[in-house]
Amino acid sequence: MIHRYSKNGLNFLLDVNSGSVHVLDDISYEVAGLIDENMSENCPENIVNELSQYNADDVKAAYAELLELKKAGQLFADDDYIDVSRYIPTDAPVKALCLHVAHDCNLRCKYCFASTGDFGKGRKIMPFEVAKKAIDFVIERSKGRKNIELDFFGGEPLMAWDTVTKTVDYARSREAETGKKFRFTITTNGLLLDSDKIDYINENMDNVVLSLDGRESVNDEFRKTVNGGGCYDIIVPKFKELVDKRGDKDYYARGTFTAKNLDFAEDVVHIADAGFPSLSVEPVSADDGCGYELTEEQLPTIFAEYDRLAEIMLERRKNGKKFTFFHFMVDLNQGPCVVKRLRGCGAGYEYVAITPDGDIYPCHQFVGKDEFKQGNVLDGTFNLDIAHQFAGMNIYTREKCKECWAKFYCSGGCSAANYNSNADMNIPYELGCKMERKRLECAIYLKAMEQMEEEL
Amino acid sequence: MKHIKTLTSATLKQTAAHGGCGECQTSCQSACKTSCTVANQKCEHNK
Repeated sequence: MIHRYSKNGLNFLLDVNSGSVHVLDDISYEVAGLIDENMSENCPENIVNELSQYNADDVKAAYAELLELKKAGQLFADDDYIDVSRYIPTDAPVKALCLHVAHDCNLRCKYCFASTGDFGKGRKIMPFEVAKKAIDFVIERSKGRKNIELDFFGGEPLMAWDTVTKTVDYARSREAETGKKFRFTITTNGLLLDSDKIDYINENMDNVVLSLDGRESVNDEFRKTVNGGGCYDIIVPKFKELVDKRGDKDYYARGTFTAKNLDFAEDVVHIADAGFPSLSVEPVSADDGCGYELTEEQLPTIFAEYDRLAEIMLERRKNGKKFTFFHFMVDLNQGPCVVKRLRGCGAGYEYVAITPDGDIYPCHQFVGKDEFKQGNVLDGTFNLDIAHQFAGMNIYTREKCKECWAKFYCSGGCSAANYNSNADMNIPYELGCKMERKRLECAIYLKAMEQMEEEL
Repeated sequence: MKHIKTLTSATLKQTAAHGGCGECQTSCQSACKTSCTVANQKCEHNK
């Protein structure tokens, strides 16, 4: 399977199964559009005739180069090296937790998928005893895996600060004895940050996700305090202090865009210029009819905005004002192995979410959906049938993914998004897929530009 | 090659042999929490 596209004068040819990426001149790009996996040794006459605007020898030479790629396994490669059944994990080796330490929030964001923090289940703070059991649960279930990730999530996790610090202490206290290595992340809206918490986070958290949507007007339109005011002025100075003190450790400023700010490249730039050059701005997940949901009709505008953002990033790179946009990052050489690319996020079997009551769900997006409850860390229950259902899904079980060129980059998308849009985890959320493919085209384009600039 | 420049040659196949250790970061934890891009994750062995 191949995918061809042109962007800003560059022609790309992606060989899906091998992961090869080629940049073609116009002749070879046109020839590539006329061939399939049954390439003959010599360029067929019909291709020469069809491309009569070019010199016949050049067409034949381009064909020969494409044939060379095919012989090298870099074009029309087969996927027979992938033994899917071998890569389906059994017995749910859980190695990542989304720990919902607070089902409560001190913001009232209009688009919140968690019903302003309580996931529709009442406002609660996780007692340390529950968190401790969650740590015991993941140590036991992770079996031979060394690295364990834990994201303090909510609601707003800073509202459960006591639980956060005790959990970090407890997890660390068990590392030596178990041979495990915990990596902590915290996702925060920033309201409760102070210098002590900032120092603690910078010392103990491997990654921090800071929620900020962009320009003040955009951020404050959706991210409201309990009193209905905006939060921009409160959080940005605190985020600045955190990032300024953080050194080289990872962080992301993370925003959401909606139908109300389809010029979201402005928000991306705003966040970068506000002092947060490592950032992510994501399309909103919202119900149809809410007034700010993204629709098919808006796609041309969204695509154009992604194109514009890519050009801004190129310009910024030249001017020494480089920033990193999460969804335009792609590692063409040393990214994840094909096994990971088959399976994606691991929700439900490698990655689970745990509520303040200790209930286990496949991920944070499934919390509150009773039919997906997998067990509870307090009574030690864990439904392996649900875990195996999730583990059994991959890009080869999802019919539409099988035919998609982007499958090894996105790995089948988000099961929760699929479920929310189609009531079926195996049917992709098509609008999300279209945006993802566009972002990937931009990401590969940026990578190509970067590589070519380095070679000049 | 005169007409084609290869940015990256076949690498996925090579990763099938040693891949799947599961030690890498869970993609959804890294920044997004709502959508998946897996190809931007780091392999634990290449860090």
